[in-house]
This record gives sequence, C-alpha cells and structure tokens, in this order.
Amino acid sequence: MESPLDQLESALLSLDRVTVNRVLSEASASPSPLTRIESLIVPALERIGVGWEEGSVSLSQVYMSGRLCEEAVDAILPPSDDTRKSMPPLAIAALEDYHLLGLRIVYSTLRASGFSLRNYGRTDMNQLVAHIKTDGIRILLLSALMLPAALRIKELRTRLQAKGCVPLIVVGGAPFRFDEELWKEVGADAFGNTASDAIAAISRLAGVLP
Amino acid sequence: MKPESMTSSERLSTAMSHREPDRVPFLLPTVMQGAREFGLSIRDYFSRPDLVAEGQWRLRVRYGHDALLGFMYGAVEAEAWGGEVIYREDGPPNAGQPPLSGSADIARLEPPRVRDTPCLQKVLRLIRLLKDRAGNEVPVFGSVISPFSLPVMQLGFENYLLLLHEQPERFEQLMRLNEAFCVEWANAQLEAGAGAIAYADPVSSPTIIPRALYLKTGFLIARRTLSKIKGAVATSFASGRCLAILDDVVQTGTVGIGASFLEDLAAVKAAARGRLTVMGNLNAIEMRHWTPAEAEIRVKEAIAKAGPGGGFVLTDNHGEIPWQVPDSVLLTIADAVRRWGRYPLDWI
Repeated sequence: MESPLDQLESALLSLDRVTVNRVLSEASASPSPLTRIESLIVPALERIGVGWEEGSVSLSQVYMSGRLCEEAVDAILPPSDDTRKSMPPLAIAALEDYHLLGLRIVYSTLRASGFSLRNYGRTDMNQLVAHIKTDGIRILLLSALMLPAALRIKELRTRLQAKGCVPLIVVGGAPFRFDEELWKEVGADAFGNTASDAIAAISRLAGVLP
Repeated sequence: MKPESMTSSERLSTAMSHREPDRVPFLLPTVMQGAREFGLSIRDYFSRPDLVAEGQWRLRVRYGHDALLGFMYGAVEAEAWGGEVIYREDGPPNAGQPPLSGSADIARLEPPRVRDTPCLQKVLRLIRLLKDRAGNEVPVFGSVISPFSLPVMQLGFENYLLLLHEQPERFEQLMRLNEAFCVEWANAQLEAGAGAIAYADPVSSPTIIPRALYLKTGFLIARRTLSKIKGAVATSFASGRCLAILDDVVQTGTVGIGASFLEDLAAVKAAARGRLTVMGNLNAIEMRHWTPAEAEIRVKEAIAKAGPGGGFVLTDNHGEIPWQVPDSVLLTIADAVRRWGRYPLDWI
C-alpha cells in the first residue's frame, strides 16, 4: 500500500484535489498543523521539485501542486496563525519582469510549507528598495525570467547598501538555471533551482543572519 | 581549407533533407544586435524595418551564417492582439500588460487581421526587403507563436494555466481564434518571401506541460495549424525539453525541432535522425562569458554529437542571442563552425 506521502505526491501531480484533502485530513492525528505540513506537504513538494529539475515533472504540475497545497494549508493553518514558521522578515519580488509564474510558484510553495512572507509582485528598482527599507526585510527572494532583469540585481544590491539595507538575497529563474555562475555575478547570497531549494536556502541563510 | 561550394540555401536544403552538405549550416539569431550598427536604441531600431533589414544583412556578412531573420520580437503578436510591449535598452521588447484581463474576455475577442495591423505589416516589410536582397542565395525565416503558446502573452502565464486546466470550453474557443490568426499570419509571411516558418511552441514542451496533456492540446492544435500553413515549418520549444514528445512532434508535420541545452544533443539527434532536422543547442545565456577556447569546444561538441549525416543546424537553444553576448564570442563561434563543420566530419 502506498504511503500517505506517495499518495499525496501522486494526487498533486494528477491535480486530484479530493485525494489531496483526504490524505491531509487522514493525517490529522498529527500533533500540530506544522508537523503535518513538514512531514507531508514539504517532502511532497520537494519530490515534485526534484522531478522538475530532472525533467520528469512539468512546470504546470509544479504550479498546480503549489496552489493545491497552498489552499490546503490555508485551511489548516490560516495566514494569520501565530504558529506559522517564525522567521526573519521575508519577501519575494520580480524586478522589472512581467512574467510572474516563477514568483507565484515559489510564493505558493513557501506558504504551503508554513512560511509567512510578503509578496511585492512585479516591481521596479525604486519601489523595491523602498519596500525593503520600510518593511525591514532580512531575506529577499527574487525571481527573474529575462537575463537583463537578472543582471539588474547587481545594481539593486548596490542601491540597498547605499541605503544601509543588507538583506540576504536568494535568486531563481531561467537565466540562473542556464548559467550557474550568474547568481554570484549579480551578488546574490544563494540560488535556488526549484521552489523547494528556496526553503533550504532560507533556512540556511536565517542561521547566518547577524 | 577547401572553399565552401554551396550557397546558404543549398546548404540548409541539403542538411534538412538529411544529407551532408559542404559544411554544417549555422544561424546566430542576433535579432536586436543590428541596432548597434546604427547607434540606435532597440526601440528605434525596430520602428524601422528598412534599418532592421540592413542590420540583418550586415550581421550576416560579419558572421557568415546561413539565414536571415524576418523577425523582430515575439511580443509583436501580443501587440497585434492589443497587448502592451515594453522596450528596454539592453534586451528584447517583452510582452507587458496582456490584452485580456481574464478568461471572460475571450467571448468578445476578435483576432487581428494581418492586413490591418501596422506592427505585423512592419514585419512583412522586413521580410520583403530581406527577400529582395537575398534572392535565392540565403533563405529568410519567418516566425509565429503557436496558437497554444500565444495565450501566455494574451492572458499571462498563471491565468492561462488555470484556463487550460479548469475551463475547457473557453480554452477551445480561444484556440479556434488563435489557430485562424496563426495560419493567416504564417501564410502572409510566406507570401512576403519567407522560405520557412519557425513555430514557437514553448508551452507544448514537457518542461511546461506533461505529455498526456500535450497530446490532448498542443499536439492536436499543431497538427491542425501546420496542415494549413503553405510552407515548411520548424518547431521550437524556446529552451524547453523535447525528447519525451519527439515522436509525437514528428506527426505534427514539422520538418525541424529545436533542442534544449537541458537535453543531450546526441540523444535528440538519435531520436530525430532521418525524420526531423535538429536545431540547437548552444547555451546563449552562458555564452556571455565564454572564452575563445570555450566557444570552440562548445561548437566542436555540438557538431560531433549532431553533425554526422546532416539533419543538423547549429544555433543557440532559445532562438535569440542576448544583447550582452560579445561580438568576439559570436565571431569565434562562426570561425569554429567553418573550421570544424566541414563535411566529411572525419576529425570525429
């Protein structure tokens, strides 16, 4: 018989909302919502992320899985719930890029994994610097589809430093997948190939924040 | 070195017939780089089809590649449907605000007519100018976004995925409109002088949707659309993978397939051999910082994997060389093709 994790993964990949909800409700004997999230949803999304990286899972499946999990998690752990993961202030944005699917996938995955974060969506350099300063963001996730947008992150880093803001920056998106040195070139602190990589990067960076 | 004995048209035609021409044909899709020739912004350059034609010509003289691009920017099709185009100084114009705010708008949507749409007429003028100049020596390639992939620009990617998964009737309605437009647009380019059409269909790639969904959607749409286009069509997945659907793609009626850097070029060639010409798969994002030695190695690797037997065109894996790639790298690539791409490839 398939384990609950296998069942959840398979239901997510086939967009079977009913089974997703059934597997999660049957696991409700777990002591806390966060435990259920960490023992089922996070590993299921990690497996799907690995499948995407290896080419066996498509982007539409990654996106729809994230949405289904996000819905399920909001039901068992409302956005305002104090038990959402306690982390330094986090935000996600797309700098001057109109296509936000990558951002949306990472946002859904993080929320489905119990994180609380701000979503600035598509933004320009000035707005983003202002948001980060006002909100005291410590870890910033940036998604880029186009190479020129990815290259602008270097300037963002400089502008933030000039304002006395030094958030740690995690980048992801197509240009970074095609050039593995690009994240260093633009001055990022980490790079994620998949949405699940972002979780690992955030957890690691949170441990080194001053 | 033995002199080249074929024109670009002969070289491409021979390679696409799965025979070995005098050397591996190649194309560096330097779509916007001609702006530098005139000291113009990318926006101003694309406003002048006469200058784009001259720019394309000069770049072909410089690199010696085997085709001219009757293409400006992919977002021109979104523009034709009423969408916003965003220009920047250091990259291709992109689709901005989509013309449809949601799937409900599909019911009142009317496709643009090519003859009444200035941005499309601009592209047709470019193709005519290139064809007049190139004659039969160098082919001019036109380009369309597939009916199945265009909604990413018509609706936004997220809205489109929701439409695809949750609203089958509206999806079918949009596809009918897009197919009619795509056929009209492709045939207008062929009439203007394009020798073949690149059919950009990234959403059909297994990178974006699973094969099972492709077979119910993008595959059927491509088969219907390509059957009405009155010329040769080659399919590009714009960096997306293709191996898992290659046998299906053959049945759409296409003659070529774009290979992604994410897949082994030798495996793509083996699967396509004798059926589809493989186009690819240099990594143009990484190309920005290639040394001359790296550029030569990448060219040799690609030729060794896919060159034998013909049926191969060396190009990048996306269909557009970024603005930031130095001219010196492109010249090195061109030299390496001339050095290592001569048939017979007896150095392999």
